[in-house]
Amino acid sequence: MDFLVMNEGFPLLSALIFLPLFGALVTMFLPSEQAARLWSLLITSITAILSIPLYTGFNVATAQYQFGEHHAWIPLWNINYTLGVDGISLLLILLTTFIMPFCVLASWRYIATRVKSFMVCMMVMECAMIGVFAALDFVLFYILWEAMLIPMYLIIGIWGGPRKVYASIKFFIYTLAGSVMLLVAIIALYLASAPHTFSIPALMGGHYSSTFQILVFLAFFLAFAIKVPMFPFHTWLPAAHVEAPTAGSVILASVLLKMGTYGFLRFCLPITPLATVTLTPYILWLSVVGILYGGFTALAQKDMKKLIAYSSVGHMGFVTLGIFALNSAGIEGSLLQMINHGVTTGALFLCVGMIYERNHSRELANATGIGKQMPIFVTFLAFFSLSSLAFPGTNSFVGEFLILAGAFKRNLIITACAVPGAILAAAYMLRMLQKVIWGGIDNPKQTLLDLNVREIVTLAPFLLFVFWIGLGPEPFLSVMHSSVAHLLEQVGTVQASAVAGLLP
Amino acid sequence: MKLMLFAPELILLLGSLLIFFFTLSGDAKKARQTAITIGIAASLICLLSLQQNGSLFYKAYQVDLFSQLFKVLIALAMTVVLIFGGELKDISPRMKPEYYLFLILSGLGLMMLVSSVELITLFVALELSSFSLYLMVPMRDDRQGLRSQMEAGVKYILFAVMATGTMLFGMSYLFGMTGSTYLAEIAPQLKTLMSEPAAIVGIAMILSGFLFKLAVFPFHFWVPDVYQGAANETTSFIASVPKLGAVAILIRITMLAAPEGTAIVTMLMVFAVASMFYGNLAALVQKDIKRLLGFSGIAHAGFVLLGLLTFKQEGYATSIFYIVGYVLMNMACFLVLCTVSKNGENVQIADLNGLYKRSPLMAFTLATGMMALAGIPPFVGFVGKFMLMAGALQAGHLALVILAALNTAIAIYYYLSVLKVTYCDAPSDASALEIGFTTKAVSLALIAAIITIGVNPSPVLEIANRAVAAIL
Repeated sequence: MDFLVMNEGFPLLSALIFLPLFGALVTMFLPSEQAARLWSLLITSITAILSIPLYTGFNVATAQYQFGEHHAWIPLWNINYTLGVDGISLLLILLTTFIMPFCVLASWRYIATRVKSFMVCMMVMECAMIGVFAALDFVLFYILWEAMLIPMYLIIGIWGGPRKVYASIKFFIYTLAGSVMLLVAIIALYLASAPHTFSIPALMGGHYSSTFQILVFLAFFLAFAIKVPMFPFHTWLPAAHVEAPTAGSVILASVLLKMGTYGFLRFCLPITPLATVTLTPYILWLSVVGILYGGFTALAQKDMKKLIAYSSVGHMGFVTLGIFALNSAGIEGSLLQMINHGVTTGALFLCVGMIYERNHSRELANATGIGKQMPIFVTFLAFFSLSSLAFPGTNSFVGEFLILAGAFKRNLIITACAVPGAILAAAYMLRMLQKVIWGGIDNPKQTLLDLNVREIVTLAPFLLFVFWIGLGPEPFLSVMHSSVAHLLEQVGTVQASAVAGLLP
Repeated sequence: MKLMLFAPELILLLGSLLIFFFTLSGDAKKARQTAITIGIAASLICLLSLQQNGSLFYKAYQVDLFSQLFKVLIALAMTVVLIFGGELKDISPRMKPEYYLFLILSGLGLMMLVSSVELITLFVALELSSFSLYLMVPMRDDRQGLRSQMEAGVKYILFAVMATGTMLFGMSYLFGMTGSTYLAEIAPQLKTLMSEPAAIVGIAMILSGFLFKLAVFPFHFWVPDVYQGAANETTSFIASVPKLGAVAILIRITMLAAPEGTAIVTMLMVFAVASMFYGNLAALVQKDIKRLLGFSGIAHAGFVLLGLLTFKQEGYATSIFYIVGYVLMNMACFLVLCTVSKNGENVQIADLNGLYKRSPLMAFTLATGMMALAGIPPFVGFVGKFMLMAGALQAGHLALVILAALNTAIAIYYYLSVLKVTYCDAPSDASALEIGFTTKAVSLALIAAIITIGVNPSPVLEIANRAVAAIL
């Protein structure tokens, strides 16, 4: 257990995981729908506040996993309940806990039927999402990873749009099919380790043969690439995003997609370093294809949610590009970009949801010219759009800059091919912005009310983070340094010796 | 105390005699109450005699943790089926008392089966349980005049007789080679004879009799039609309780082949893969939910074999664990089925639409059962599948495990489509379901068991391990 700094006293991580679950159980017995809303807002807010000590108590000097908890679970198979946080998972957990109250707020009016069940699903989701980022045991990780599917399926399938059934089933089957091989890989790793263990940190840096590593890597890759989603595994994403209710889209975009890239960082790189280095060129190319494909497709969308969904494919392409640049600038940029994408795209989905609540349409054509009627709203929308296209001064600029800096060090040609993606982002975001704000005043004919206080409260914190990360990213970057350096050490030993000749 | 060794069986035996008197008067209500009382009493006595050890009837009848564990499970499962079967909506009123009589007798046969360690005793016990089932299948009310229940009954008995015949043939081989019908005497002799084709054929043929009960490909042909033709309550019983007995005996028989019988391993492997693919692919297109569960049962039977073919203690133990989980989740589904069916007619998947609105509890029970069958954590189906796959991989069957994993992905579609109609579709029949208190309690207990064992599998796994250790 030398990788784990045990947590003495209050089990913070367990509390974060189980508080939402407890909240979900209580929700079932609440008398009214309004009570369910208030209760879930309370629970998610408490969880968010409770997670702050993770940041304040985090020791940036060490790459060890902190706030560790360890209990035997299934002794016969050496399966443990192990939790811990390092610089890679810390910000993602905070992102999750802080996004959730706003998802509840965004569902206040949007979800009109079966409110209690919806809130139960949301809180079960939160439990599983935090658990995925905090789990340090493979079986625990896999259980939580899969457990997310059912509540998310229900969120899309019950409260979704017209094609919800298609979208939800596609989401479920795609994700599940991707992760069955992950399970086989996990068992294979368990059997390959001596003594047999499911502990994630203990499996890192094992000396497995290169064939074994490549097979395990591919099994991991399929599961995570579908979740990211990387081209060509992205087709579930637009469907799911478009049909999901606002809160569902936000959770999908802000947290669920990050699990794929988190998986790359947590498992692929340190556990199968040899395979990582061998397969890096292909993945870099796939990332570039994703960036360009996402950009071009977003440019052609008429549906705002679809536009943002495809922009996610592009943005996540940048994240994988940075991860597989395999240097500190790239990986830190990617981590930061994961947070940025969570903040910005989450906020954009909230914005689209707010338009939808007013004119019941996601069509760009029906939303033209609302700048005149909703000045506060378009102010928010403008800033988030600028952030999405990585305008200097906003959060995404820092992330994308670091990623490109890192990627250029890795491979000049591939990175040069990715750069047009940044320009495409500007093109499609400005196209949307131009239409929404100035696109003619005769449409829509009805008068739309500007944002109310609840909605402003929902969006304002996102804007705060857009500028905070954009102008002073150091508090966010500082927590990553040690862990990223440690990660690179784990990959680097292989890289230096074996594969110098493999890369152009 | 020899009496205590036989107490669970005695209770059922006396109980069935008692019910016999009700068949004379035709009092269905009393027969039901008596049957449930007997079931509960048998479960309690089984639990009390869990630690019993000994042998009866000239050592043909072994009482140990292994057999007692299975007896507890059989008694409990039988009781649950009796409770949620309710008033037997679809059995013709004249026959209701007889139905209970045969159900109890079938349970008795299974209990004797798991204790049998001698081939003839084994055969007699198996037939006692099977013959009761053959009679229960055609007892369904012939409402539509199609006689589909008769067809099911005939199919069931014909296939079963074939399987039993094959099994007897196999037993004669073993007897011929070793000169004994006692498993304890056969086992050591077989160790040296395992290279003989006759031994392999003999064991394979005996296995086929029980693979038939478990509904493994290619002994599965009876499943869809019998499931569909029999009354919902009968199907609930056939789909769960006899499978417990089948797994128990399969473990005893495969132990005979261990550790040398690589041919048996190959055979089981082929059966496992074929069962999984056949069951899951056929289930994809089913509209009748009983047929769907039947095909899913074939696929799950394939999964159970994954544990047996490792020839290891842990493997056998995980097979037990898996079948326990399977019975739990299967019963959760059948409970909903029996409750939703108004007059005992078959339930189509489309009939479940909007179940959420009609009864949230039933919808949740069905969702739990289906997702557990699909192997989604944190339900018991996942842990079982996980350990079976881990065990099989440890034994070096990588290809098998990958195929099994692929099957998990195929299977999810049809389980999910049931979940879809229950939660996402609008109800065609908006009337709220009336559910009795006991049914509610049983469904809550099943949900609790599916989740608890899924989250904390250690206790069940440990007792399964000890049970297997008791007969190794």
